[in-house]
Amino acid sequence: MADLSTNFLGIKSPNPFWLASAPPTDKEYNVVRAFKAGWGGVVWKTLGEDPHVVNVNGPRYGAIYGADRRLLGLNNIELITDRPLEVNLREIKAVKRAWPDRAMIVSLMVPCEEAAWKRILPLVEDTGADGIELNFGCPHGMSERGMGSAVGQVPEYIEMVARWCKANTRMPVIVKLTPNITDIRYPARAAKAGGADAVSLINTISSITSVNLDTMSPEPSIDGKGSHGGYCGPAVKPIALNMVAEIARDPETAGLPISGIGGVTTWRDAAEFLALGCGTVQVCTAAMTYGFKVVEEMKSGLSQWMDEKGHRSIDEVVGRAVPNVTDWQYLNLNYVTKARIDQDACIKCGRCYAACEDTSHQAISMSEDRVFEVIDEECVACNLCVNVCPVENCITMEVLEPGTIDTRTGKVVEPDYANWTTHPNNPGACAAE
Amino acid sequence: MTNSPFTPGIVPGRLHPEAYEANFADLHEPLDSHEALVAADRCYFCHDAPCITACPTEIEIPLFIRQIATGTPEAAARTIFQQNILGGMCARVCPTETLCEEACVREIAEGKPVLIGQLQRYATDTLMAAGVHPFTRAAPTGKSVAVVGAGPAGLACAHRLAMHGHEVTIYDARPKGGGLNEYGIAAYKTVENFAEAELDWLMKIGGITLETGKALGVDMTLDSLKAEFDAVFLGMGLAGVNALRADGEDKAGVMDAVGFISDLRQAGDLSALPVGRNVVVIGGGMTAIDAAVQSKLLGAETVTILYRRGRDAMPASRYEQDLAASKGVRIVFNAMPVAVLGNGAVTGVRAEYTRAEGKSLIGTGETFDLPADQVLKAIGQTLDGTPDGLSLSDGKIAVTGAGRTGVAGVWAGGDCASGGEDLTVTAVAEGRDAAEDIHKALVG
Repeated sequence: MADLSTNFLGIKSPNPFWLASAPPTDKEYNVVRAFKAGWGGVVWKTLGEDPHVVNVNGPRYGAIYGADRRLLGLNNIELITDRPLEVNLREIKAVKRAWPDRAMIVSLMVPCEEAAWKRILPLVEDTGADGIELNFGCPHGMSERGMGSAVGQVPEYIEMVARWCKANTRMPVIVKLTPNITDIRYPARAAKAGGADAVSLINTISSITSVNLDTMSPEPSIDGKGSHGGYCGPAVKPIALNMVAEIARDPETAGLPISGIGGVTTWRDAAEFLALGCGTVQVCTAAMTYGFKVVEEMKSGLSQWMDEKGHRSIDEVVGRAVPNVTDWQYLNLNYVTKARIDQDACIKCGRCYAACEDTSHQAISMSEDRVFEVIDEECVACNLCVNVCPVENCITMEVLEPGTIDTRTGKVVEPDYANWTTHPNNPGACAAE
Repeated sequence: MTNSPFTPGIVPGRLHPEAYEANFADLHEPLDSHEALVAADRCYFCHDAPCITACPTEIEIPLFIRQIATGTPEAAARTIFQQNILGGMCARVCPTETLCEEACVREIAEGKPVLIGQLQRYATDTLMAAGVHPFTRAAPTGKSVAVVGAGPAGLACAHRLAMHGHEVTIYDARPKGGGLNEYGIAAYKTVENFAEAELDWLMKIGGITLETGKALGVDMTLDSLKAEFDAVFLGMGLAGVNALRADGEDKAGVMDAVGFISDLRQAGDLSALPVGRNVVVIGGGMTAIDAAVQSKLLGAETVTILYRRGRDAMPASRYEQDLAASKGVRIVFNAMPVAVLGNGAVTGVRAEYTRAEGKSLIGTGETFDLPADQVLKAIGQTLDGTPDGLSLSDGKIAVTGAGRTGVAGVWAGGDCASGGEDLTVTAVAEGRDAAEDIHKALVG
């Protein structure tokens, strides 16, 4: 059976599933429940300086739903821990002592002054925690006070604070990045330059989940007003995967350990983050939606998949997909596919036809008796029909073998790889060697 | 409770008083708003959707379901009513399993169609509960139209004509309008006087006068109507009932299923309604099922449907057959009555097994007796008298196109007209289409 244990910056945990810094990790009570449920580690909810912050007393969350009220996206305006520092430190120490085999990371957010970091770091170190995570990510509330994403949006500040932390603690330092930037590689490079041992991402995305059309207030509404919150949950996973991949394949940050965060809901999501270079994953929304027991499915699913693929350890999975992430310009233009509709599987809903006829390339025909067929002469292989078809594997993309003729272009499919950089239409094309 | 299911004869009060309410409660509990959202989400919004094609009134089903899914059931109801003003009743009584839901691609994919009928009810109930009538009349045209019969065909026709600004007078032979919606159809499909409420709601369009207790051929003639109105629509249904043609049909306890259902629908107190201990229903259509199931629900000890052909030939759908079976009704296929037994009052039915020989059905010679206190005949209805000058086709008023009879200025639709499937929804479509044709004829 696959070994799910991880060693991330020397921090060991029985599995790669950590709870992200968030409400589920705000108290000893919750964290003990999480460890009993089988989570590999936690990032304790962000500590700050006393006097502790206060939260709004109205709703803190807003949601986006799919069918049957399935929660797809969650938005929050909660701040860092609203409990006294001393209480949190005491509980962290107790939990770490009782659960020595689990990863205990402490998230921190104090003002951008070295003295503030120097004050808090020894206190955290004294708890026996395994590492710290610098919260440079929260986009709401704390950012107005010059912390959270206000730091994470300025690479120079990231580098500066990371350096202070490395200079003032022996604990491994993880920098948590905000996605609310234009290019994730700059903050990641800054973290590395500051000496950070790892980055974790993504923190939440600035968002307004909805507008109440009766009161004209954004949701969640506090006395008729709303503030942007941080968006997370299944909806943000594609954004997170891309940002993780960008860091993993950037020559300047390649190899920098990553803890992946953003919409991890199932074992499969986790495996994808691992494949793109993450050594662990952090989960919040899935736990907040379904409770801590979901980790059972994540562990069993990951383990089964690894066994099926012959991966013995997490290390064998981490980064396997990174070499396949490339720039558009390097995609093979001689790779030609055509949509194929399995007539036995087709239920004749006609969605492929509507999509192609109305919005794409008029490459699907419809007969009187609702038989839908691909017109190869028009099919550009855009994949939209595959995406809108409600039946899995009913429409697939068939690769045209080299030597066959693409009836759309009238050209023979070439066997060799060729990309945009050498394409005659590219004004900057360089001749193939 | 003085009687029980075991009391011989045709007697009322076989059940505990509280049992009637439970037995005749809504067949399908209405969807609540969350259930409706979940059900609506299953719709794929098919291109040129098969469900629309399968609907005799061609309701834009994917559109109304999407309107439900996006939280606007009122808009969904408008979409439905545009095509079918009796969409509320059709949502309750349509054999959706052989119409829209049979065509649903999810029926093909998974054997579980989108719950189109129940979603339609959710939408129409929402708008009707708000007391909103979604249409307004066009400016008066000065033209008047007589509609004979206030059933689904007549009401659909009258509503559409009124919408176009014509003055409509509906004549109906019965004391109340609604036709089979009011007097036919099982009670558990249309609880809480829905037929009456729907009629009142439909009349809110204005421009329609309903005159009840007025029968064609008795209180007026086709000629008098033609003289008084600019056009006439005939939608009086089939008031005659076929005979059994078996010995002993005249014995006490033998009655028409349509009359039995009509009495039941109009009964104020179901516990006062008499029903046999052993009931035999003869026929294979919806009337047979409705009469049989309701006999059982009234407390009959045994109810048997005799149908002369096999299961596959039965006009009542498999869903209806299973519904009957689930209520304890036994269906005997391939058997026909040959004699009603008894001395004065019926005591039993002698039946003979049948087999098909070519296109005809012949008795096998093997007979069996079923005990019966009550025999309900559900073997089809007929046109009761033909107005002068109209030609018939298969016993019904011959029509072409949108309900045009051979007589200028006279249209017909619903069960009394040729073609169609004797369904509420077909009658609505025919009434509506005839109205459009009449409108075109009147305003040029």
